[in-house]
Amino acid sequence: MGFFRWHSVAGIQRITGMWCLLFCLMSSGSVQAEGLDYESRTIRLAMSQEPPDLNAITSTDSVSGMILGHVMEGLLRYDAEGNLVGGVAERWQLRDDGATFWLRKDARWSDGSRVTAQDFVFSWQQAVTPSVASEYASILFPITNAQAVNEGRMDPSQLGVRALDDHTLEVSLHQPCPYFLGLTAFRTLFPVKESFYTARGSRYGADAEDLLYNGPFTLSKWVHGASVSMSKNPHYWNRDNIWLNLIDIPYITEDANARMNLYRDHKVAIASDLNSESLEGALRERMQIKTFLDGAIFYIEFNQRADRVTRNRHLRKAIQQVFNTDDLVYKVMGSPGSYPTYTLFPRWMKGEKDFFVREHPAQKPELNMEKARRYLDKAKQELGVETLPPITLLADDSPGGQKTAEYLQTMLGQALGLEIRVDMQIFKQRLAKMGTGEFDLVVSGWGPDYDDLLTYADLFASHNMNNRGRYASEEYDHWVEVAQRSLDVSERVHAFDQLQRIIFEDAVIVPLYERGRVYVNHPRLKGVSRRALGGDPNFNFAYIEPPADS
Amino acid sequence: MTQFILKRLLSGVITIWFIATATFIGMHSVPGDPLANEKAVAPEIRRNLEARYGLDKPVWQQYGIFLGNMLRGDFGISFTQKNRYVNDIIREHFPVSAVLGVLALIIATVGGVIWGALTAVYRDRWPDSVIMFLVVIAVSVPSFVFAMLGQLGILAMNEWLGFSLLPVAGWGSFGHMLVPALVLGLGTMAYLTRLMRSSMLEVTSADYIRTAKAKGVPPLRIFYKHQLRNAILPVITVLGPSIAAITTGGFVVELVFAIPGLGRFFVQAVQQLDYTVIMGTTVFYGAFLVIMVLLVDILYGFIDPRIRVGKVRG
Repeated sequence: MGFFRWHSVAGIQRITGMWCLLFCLMSSGSVQAEGLDYESRTIRLAMSQEPPDLNAITSTDSVSGMILGHVMEGLLRYDAEGNLVGGVAERWQLRDDGATFWLRKDARWSDGSRVTAQDFVFSWQQAVTPSVASEYASILFPITNAQAVNEGRMDPSQLGVRALDDHTLEVSLHQPCPYFLGLTAFRTLFPVKESFYTARGSRYGADAEDLLYNGPFTLSKWVHGASVSMSKNPHYWNRDNIWLNLIDIPYITEDANARMNLYRDHKVAIASDLNSESLEGALRERMQIKTFLDGAIFYIEFNQRADRVTRNRHLRKAIQQVFNTDDLVYKVMGSPGSYPTYTLFPRWMKGEKDFFVREHPAQKPELNMEKARRYLDKAKQELGVETLPPITLLADDSPGGQKTAEYLQTMLGQALGLEIRVDMQIFKQRLAKMGTGEFDLVVSGWGPDYDDLLTYADLFASHNMNNRGRYASEEYDHWVEVAQRSLDVSERVHAFDQLQRIIFEDAVIVPLYERGRVYVNHPRLKGVSRRALGGDPNFNFAYIEPPADS
Repeated sequence: MTQFILKRLLSGVITIWFIATATFIGMHSVPGDPLANEKAVAPEIRRNLEARYGLDKPVWQQYGIFLGNMLRGDFGISFTQKNRYVNDIIREHFPVSAVLGVLALIIATVGGVIWGALTAVYRDRWPDSVIMFLVVIAVSVPSFVFAMLGQLGILAMNEWLGFSLLPVAGWGSFGHMLVPALVLGLGTMAYLTRLMRSSMLEVTSADYIRTAKAKGVPPLRIFYKHQLRNAILPVITVLGPSIAAITTGGFVVELVFAIPGLGRFFVQAVQQLDYTVIMGTTVFYGAFLVIMVLLVDILYGFIDPRIRVGKVRG
């Protein structure tokens, strides 16, 4: 009996020990920390994707843009309200033929060395060097000789940018460029320290230690595909105004539901891009839903190549006349945060004194069926046909793309008797077909690169590569040129108004909506910038409110 | 034995070459443009990009360069993950998939053998019906449903407990692996259960079992020594392909549980037409499958003395 009892006690101990071991294994090393911590000034986030390219010179995607918006800084930067303010540059002067930037003396790299004018000269030269193959090289084309260098006709040293001394940067422009200051906040124009860049060679930007930072944060840890951490940069000139110590991103997944589940488990401070399922869950749990406009404008683009029926203006006018974008946004897509729109320009961009769309409201189609049919009859007459051939609508395979395509198909069929064939394609294939012009209608979108209406307006200039429908109008090109060259604000705003008028009269596109994105945010996390320019989301001005009980 | 292995290795190399060539041809015939981006680029920038990635050369020449590099074990730099070598992507992310896969496989095999044996022992009684019903569900419901249910399950458990017993997503500890591995192994477990059940039933009616029973061997000993050992052979046969299927098929699980495995890169590369990553991962997975099947064939000889590879029986 005594023996038996001893044995069973040992057995219990062994089992308890095993449970403890299992429990320790489960919780050891796991990131069980909360989404935000007031004491250590830390927030945790989930990201949709590994940043594909942190070399600012070549980087193009939004995830890298978000990281770069924290760890790098250009001559100018965006403040908490989204206004352009001084970054590395303390003051500046923009002229017809160029610009001068005076750099602040306390701007430093994360190794403690000074950010000099030469660092800008080097990175801008790299950006237009043909072998670097930067996709955004054309954004520098307002600078003298930039295009010639990029086409290999000139040496990069002939680019119109010079360092007068360590702290004075002189830029020469080949034509007036009213939006040039906005460009200097764009990532392609961020500085790069030459000695560091050449020492790293092809490894530049490949890992956390292969980058030099001059922004409010530095990349302190980067485990590929798994996690990214950004720590406050002790050398940043404006460090006293940066509250957070650590932005920790221990989760990378494209699955929006997974990101929402992490938020519900209090592991992250923000869950972005809620889809309809997670939105329902969030509403049920009475979370505070937030939205913001990410700058993307969506529209139907017409193919205006010679062999396409959509080249006929009256057919386009007929489609414009019957299309009700309110129905699409509110009844079909049902995504909160998105706004129906009637113009190419977003509601948050400035005009002369107020927002542009408030100063110059766009004309709305009357939704007059009779008028639409008259347009259609005229179109048939001009095309010399009894019935129109089937019209191909190119769409992407996302849920939103599908809904829009189905709505268009039904609506245009019922209202105008048009036969719409939907051509659903995945991302790369859709892009390829847009490029070669294999479509009649395509639902496409456009996001801004810099803080000026021109980033949208020049889209349908005949020379623009992104004008996939090949719309060409001398009048349109003329007003684009005015907006490009003039430094007079009211003259430019007038030009944008003219462009808006042409877009409606010529039915260049049918504007659909301004995309809004839906997210939830920890109630104690404040000062987060959700924005269209400069990388989103941004935590440079974020802070945590103290817990209620302290 | 050596001759057998050499022969199999040679045919393996040919298989891998065939996989590489077929993928190369398939990849280049898919419509779409690997360099296309939402924003179009000017022709001169486009030419610069093509030169950078070697796409300015004719396709047959690209194929030649690819084969040459492949022989040196160099798959080049990713198109979408700039500055990252495909070899680095495989080296950093395959171990994650492998660890998860091995755990999933252990769960699947142990579970499959136990459940399969139980169904055979309790044939046509309620444990059999219940297990077989669950098996049908596990086989027919796609893994993303289980992945999402698993995650919601953890969430509900944590909410109920008031603290996080298991992490909802992420990677780094054993707790992170448990539920993902279970979800990942579920399909294979169901398949193995069915396999085990039929093979157990086949063995049960064999002559040597009857002899053992007649000799008065205790039922538990018959079960362990004679039934289980003989019935497990078919399970071992499918283990090779199962290992490959589990370690490569983790895409959905990796996505839902935010696990930095290779499966994600594999699927994303195809969606984004990332030529170098497609080729690198396909060839790697192909080679992995070939080696696993070969290993199982060799292992088979050790487990079943009747089968000795390479020996001609007369």
